[in-house]
Amino acid sequence: MPRAVRKQIITELPNPCLRNSADRGYSIMKRIYVNEKWCLGCHLCEYECAFANSGMTDMVKALKGKTIHPKIRVEDGGDVHFAVNCRHCTEAICVKSCIAGALSKDDDGMVRIDKDKCVGCYTCVLVCPFGAIMPSADGHAAQKCMLCLDNLCGEPNCVKHCPNNAIVYEER
Amino acid sequence: MKYVIIGNSAAGIAAIEGIRSTDESGEIVLVSDEPHFTYGRPLISYYLMGATDPEHMRYRPADFYEKNNVRTLFGVRAEKIDAEKKQVVLSDGKTLDYDKLLVATGSRPFVPPMEGLDGVKKKFSFMTFDDALALEKAIGPKTRVLIVGAGLIGLKCCEGIAERVKSVAVVDLANHVLPSILDEYGAQIVQRTLEAKGVKFYLSDSVARFEEKTATLKSGARIDFDVLVVAVGVRPNVELVKNAGGEVRRGIAIDERGETSLKDVYAAGDCTESRDIVTGDHKILALMPNAYLQGHCAGVNMAGGDEVFDKAVAMNAIGFFGTHVLTAGVYTGDSFEEKEGDKYKKLFYKDGYLNGFILVNEPERAGIYTSLIRERTPLSQIDFDLIKNSPALMAFSSKARADKLARRV
Ligand SMILES: Cc1cc2nc3c(=O)[nH]c(=O)nc-3n(C[C@H](O)[C@H](O)[C@H](O)COP(=O)(O)OP(=O)(O)OC[C@H]3O[C@@H](n4cnc5c(N)ncnc54)[C@H](O)[C@@H]3O)c2cc1C
Ligand code: SF4
Ligand code: SF4
Ligand code: SF4
Repeated sequence: MPRAVRKQIITELPNPCLRNSADRGYSIMKRIYVNEKWCLGCHLCEYECAFANSGMTDMVKALKGKTIHPKIRVEDGGDVHFAVNCRHCTEAICVKSCIAGALSKDDDGMVRIDKDKCVGCYTCVLVCPFGAIMPSADGHAAQKCMLCLDNLCGEPNCVKHCPNNAIVYEER
Repeated sequence: MKYVIIGNSAAGIAAIEGIRSTDESGEIVLVSDEPHFTYGRPLISYYLMGATDPEHMRYRPADFYEKNNVRTLFGVRAEKIDAEKKQVVLSDGKTLDYDKLLVATGSRPFVPPMEGLDGVKKKFSFMTFDDALALEKAIGPKTRVLIVGAGLIGLKCCEGIAERVKSVAVVDLANHVLPSILDEYGAQIVQRTLEAKGVKFYLSDSVARFEEKTATLKSGARIDFDVLVVAVGVRPNVELVKNAGGEVRRGIAIDERGETSLKDVYAAGDCTESRDIVTGDHKILALMPNAYLQGHCAGVNMAGGDEVFDKAVAMNAIGFFGTHVLTAGVYTGDSFEEKEGDKYKKLFYKDGYLNGFILVNEPERAGIYTSLIRERTPLSQIDFDLIKNSPALMAFSSKARADKLARRV
């Protein structure tokens, strides 16, 4: 599906914060899904993620010469490539395991990390079955994808810039 | 429906969340002898380090009790359960009726008899926020601290105070630190990290006797100290259930739904035994994630739902000054090992399943390994040679992967 069309459909979808389906209402929300066979392994999403979360407006300034710490990671193996970021699990084991109460589920189902509460114990890293939460650059806390709702983009920047629709942001 | 919950920590809070996922209106009364808003118990060492503060230590948002319509009775002990009358007797003489009761009483420090211990004036345990506050008051830049016990709690205490005191000495009977979760190689990495901060270790040794400010060890060594911390072990708080006639082994016996042998009395967390999914043995798994998962399951069932928790895995994520130790499962079977300076990985597998692992300073994506243990994934279904080297979803079949990444989970 061409991106423009997809975007139009997405914007016409009902509010994702619909409540009261399974698990007290929050399993219907837009999430990022992977179309593995379309992934080129270009790693652009990783750069777009690092940029989105840099707080800067100039990509070159934000990233040039720096080691990036994106919240999405592309796995490569021969012909197979795919990107992995937080699945915003319905029964999020990271939330249940956090020793600090730093991870929580928003009313709309997004799994959020409160960096000020996180003490960087990495219990969440130890339990996430997808390897989708990771040490942050400074090593003092964990970091995870919050769908770019916590930065200036306001919508997943990785998805927006994927050249081949290998990651999409939609309800399933 | 009237619920009573004893214990305001991970398991008790999880039960409230479990109850409220099923029953929005039943009455919930929460009893706790600790007079604090629920806090992350493991955070007490981070508090001493200055890495968090009382506000951020809250395990749940400030409006948690209000939002969940919970009546709190803090600073009160539950003294007795009458399972016939379905009542809990409190230390203030009042009684509480319940339809469903949860015992989430955790554990308490175990202090073995040691010669001369009574004569030591400044001695502490390290289990509660109040312990941490009391210890904080007793230490300063000139204080010499002796910690007995090089396990998880002793060493976390050590990390918490190392940079605030003059010296820390740690004594343990075991020949290496963190004996319950690490082998010698992994333990040495942790020990080196702490030694670099000036901590002195006396291993394969123990205290023969104390004078007020001196400990004489079995080896003959003498350690002068101002403050003593005893962290040799914990005991589960099982007495309430035991005295009410409920089945207690090492911990309170519960079924997969979290119910004890007493009708309508549930239990969860550090006071209970879990069935280890790897070995099938019943044991106490005194861990935060386990306490939460048990408590949540019990809560759902107390409220009339139907949930089973049968995937208990021993696991630990523990860090010391930037050295991160992640472990899970049991260390039996064949092993695969990678050692490089302060990085260490060891995987244990048997009969086609991953049984356990030790990762030191290699935390990345460890949860992929943990889930192989928790889900008992046959290694024949994945590319084990690939995943041995680094945890990756690439090791799964494309169909299994689509289930993880192209579907709602
Ligand atoms: C210093 C330290 C560091 C730790 N670090 C980690 C870590 O990094 N990762 C990890 O997974 N785990 C860690 N743990 C273990 C973790 O804290 C426990 O597994 C977890 O708190 C268990 O929760 P619980 O709800 O079962 O019991 P607890 O947290 O022990 O809470 C039980 C509560 O019940 C109260 N209570 C008991 N009896 C009564 C009674 N009769 N009446 C009223 N109230 C009563 C107690 O006072 C207590 O407040 C650590 C523990 C300590 C002490
Ligand atoms: S949604 Fe934003 S934060 Fe999440 S992976 Fe994509 S770019 Fe990164
Ligand atoms: S971090 Fe992992 S466990 Fe937590 S919601 Fe995201 S994918 Fe699920
Ligand atoms: S690293 Fe932070 S978010 Fe993860 S479990 Fe520890 S405190 Fe919670």
